[in-house]
Amino acid sequence: MERTNYEHDLLVGEQEMDWLKVGNKTDFPDNGGLCFKHENLQIAVFNFTNRNEWYACQNLCPHKMQMILSRGMIGSRNGEPKVACPFHKKAFSLKTGECLNGDDCSIVTFPVKELGGDVYVGLRQRAIAIS
Amino acid sequence: MKIVIIGNGMVGYKFCEKIRKKYTSNQFQLTIYGEEHRPAYDRVHLSEYFSGKDVDDLLMAPAQWYATQDIQLITGELVIAIDPILKTIKTHKGTIDTYDKLILATGSSPFMPALNGIDKDGVFAYRTIEDLQQIERYGKHVNNAAVIGGGLLGLEAAKALMDMDLETHVIEFADRLMPRQLDAKGGEVLRLKLESLGLHIHTSKSTKEILGKDKVTGLSFADESLLACDMLVVSAGIRPRDELARASGIAVGNRGGIIVNDQLQTNYSDIYAIGEVALHKEMIYGLIAPGYEMAEVVIADIAGISKRSFTGFDMSTKLKLIGVDVASFGDSLDATEECAAIVYENTAKGIYKRINITRDGRYLKGGILVGDAEAYNMLLQITQNHMDLPENPAELILGTRDAKPATSRQGVEALPNTAQICSCEGVTKGEICQAIVDHGLTDIAMIKKATNACSGCGGCTPMVADLLKQTLKAQGKEVKQSLCEHFSYTRQELFDLIRVHQIQTYNELLGRFGNGDGCEICKPAIASLLASIWNEVILKQSTIQDTNDRFLANIQKGGSYSVVPRIPAGEITPNQLMVIAEVAKKFKLYTKITGGQRIDLFGAQLHELPLIWEELIAAGFESGHAYGKSLRTIKSCVGSTWCRFGVQDSVGFAIEIENRYKGLRAPHKLKGAVSGCIRECAEAQSKDFGIIATEKGWNLYVCGNGGAHPQHAQLLVADIDKKHCITYLDRFLMYYIKTAEPLTRTATWLNKLDGGLDYLYDVIINDVLGIGEQLEADMERLIANYHCEWKHAIEDPDFRKRFKHFANCDEGDPYVKFESLRGQKKPVEWGAII
Repeated sequence: MERTNYEHDLLVGEQEMDWLKVGNKTDFPDNGGLCFKHENLQIAVFNFTNRNEWYACQNLCPHKMQMILSRGMIGSRNGEPKVACPFHKKAFSLKTGECLNGDDCSIVTFPVKELGGDVYVGLRQRAIAIS
Repeated sequence: MKIVIIGNGMVGYKFCEKIRKKYTSNQFQLTIYGEEHRPAYDRVHLSEYFSGKDVDDLLMAPAQWYATQDIQLITGELVIAIDPILKTIKTHKGTIDTYDKLILATGSSPFMPALNGIDKDGVFAYRTIEDLQQIERYGKHVNNAAVIGGGLLGLEAAKALMDMDLETHVIEFADRLMPRQLDAKGGEVLRLKLESLGLHIHTSKSTKEILGKDKVTGLSFADESLLACDMLVVSAGIRPRDELARASGIAVGNRGGIIVNDQLQTNYSDIYAIGEVALHKEMIYGLIAPGYEMAEVVIADIAGISKRSFTGFDMSTKLKLIGVDVASFGDSLDATEECAAIVYENTAKGIYKRINITRDGRYLKGGILVGDAEAYNMLLQITQNHMDLPENPAELILGTRDAKPATSRQGVEALPNTAQICSCEGVTKGEICQAIVDHGLTDIAMIKKATNACSGCGGCTPMVADLLKQTLKAQGKEVKQSLCEHFSYTRQELFDLIRVHQIQTYNELLGRFGNGDGCEICKPAIASLLASIWNEVILKQSTIQDTNDRFLANIQKGGSYSVVPRIPAGEITPNQLMVIAEVAKKFKLYTKITGGQRIDLFGAQLHELPLIWEELIAAGFESGHAYGKSLRTIKSCVGSTWCRFGVQDSVGFAIEIENRYKGLRAPHKLKGAVSGCIRECAEAQSKDFGIIATEKGWNLYVCGNGGAHPQHAQLLVADIDKKHCITYLDRFLMYYIKTAEPLTRTATWLNKLDGGLDYLYDVIINDVLGIGEQLEADMERLIANYHCEWKHAIEDPDFRKRFKHFANCDEGDPYVKFESLRGQKKPVEWGAII
């Protein structure tokens, strides 16, 4: 993906973060997610339209190892944003990645920023290794 | 301080887990040795390996867990010597390690009796995953198998063999099954029940010799009888793995087991033994819960925080054997002077219950439950807590005429705070209730996290749920049947709100009557309500639909989808069959006939779905709504047009009805059937609504169900004509749609309906509520609004572009992978992609 001017702006003060433009906010369904491919990594990005917030996490559900979370239903638990896997309804916090059903598995989350209508996901070296 | 644990089984693992919950690696450095190559796995549920669980599902925790907890895990290495003076150990690879405290959790091995021929091919133990894999491999080439040992594990092994479709025999030396837990009568009831399920049981049999040249071909017994078998699994008890201790000068019992005191210390105070290898007061504990309790005691002792003692353990147990509940608790076999037994027996249903009470009738000492163990938790609590018995103790085991036994509800309130609710983790009622109050817990998952209750076998979950309900109620918190945290209304209340306020979207409803961002419970429930009320195109609000509704197809293992075109009543022309065949060939789909007389095409990727439907729709097919909580199929028999017995045209009527209600969304899926005569080949009485032809017209049955809890449909009205049949069906379906809770099938709905079938008859036929016309009008509006959702989806470019895996490129998901099976394809197993 090409670097844009916006990215250079974003990079100021975020030295360790690589900000990748994944698309425009008009691509996204309201209160729903999309899956993006970056090299071998699959990233699920969610548009919380009602809160005007964005979240991103690995697309892989760790419960049964399925590439699926972007198709999951989003929502909240006590205000904490979450996504539920369509397969067996394991829900994960999009803030901490923790499984909210009390299971041991957890997911990696990524920071997301929207600037001028474009949506950026922040990748760290650690995160890329997950794929 | 450095702690070394020898034995990475369930108890060794649990020791690590428990100590790490309280102490970091700066306080206690941990190293655990396991001779098997895998990390510790769940032996209690080993036979689930045969019913589809894979090895990873059985792991207590993956290898990474040990790393994240800063525990050194060394697998595939056997410890062969301990020097208790120098405090070192040595492994078979020659590695020497030192310790400050040593924990022996070496467990046990299966006892293989010294029978002639025990070393033949085809003779297996039942203990490790390797044993199971070998049994599975060998079992593929044989027809029948025998198990020596009719105890708990032997019957578990027999279940595994039955799951492999082998003719299975169980050989027990004693005169009954499970002699350590059951009395003669209980053993007999269990035997009859298991025999009716296809198991062959031979008691009072002493095996003399294993027959066969190189491999086993049969068994001979002391009574001169013979049994032919191709395979033998031995489950004749366990022997503690004390050889390492024995060789290192640690004291062991005459009949095996490492001798320990109440702190689980051996004759060397720095060496402890826990689990099945420990011999405490002449007892070996072959269950998991006492092993976990021992781990707790040792941790308390090492940390020096409290003087906790192991004082023996209640060996009460409840389990499901081949689908039959069996439980024993307290002094189950007690027949001493101080005790009297109360027995309930129902041989026809395979139920036997016995409780032993003190002569004065005041206390419960123990008992046995076979076939129905619902009362187990409560009876165990009464026994352990020395609670007063009711005036008529027989009530505790007699099936009362009320749906719930008298004890179970009032039960949890009566328990003292010290009552142990979760025996795996040793959590008391007091601890659970305290956690609910202190941390404001509101569901089982939160309780599990905070207290560890329900995290082991899960058997205590119903009691924990009762405790939660009761505690919340006592705090004055409302325990309402509300949908979820985002809506404090019932489904029926929301139905009315949507209608009265003319609400069209989920967001509008959330904004006006809800809070937060919604969740996977309220979104699909409200999506279903909106569809049932307005019958709008569901794709307009795709992100509140379950995955299947969101992509108008059924998600399958691996993330591919299946496609089901509607084939009303199962009638299809050769040309239509050819279209389906062409599509399946072109897109390389797996095809199978469904239970509802249509054809399912599996293995389509997201981006292929619109392409597939384009072809199907061009050939005249419509969506089959197999993905929705909606009308599925109307099954039919061939009826009077062809059948020599048929009295009416069942296919014609079934087509008419399927086309009338196709696309109808409801609280749960709906299935119907029409049979052309009393022979009932369409199985209409197992459907949500079933119609059976009579000489005079049609009989209408409602609220039947297949599935997990089969229930026959009940006759609502007899000998009516088609027109009346449709009117009543309109009313019935609409009334169900309006009043049922989410995900409630018609059978469950009727079971909960006050007044039952009589009331339903009054509403539908007698129209006592005066809503008949309204219901019919509501249904007419839904029918008028019908559209094929797939036609809509492929014609609208905005909808269509959603059908792709990646938003930023046109590739499919590279992780969707298939392998071949019987000439078609199948997805790779769970987890095989990464």
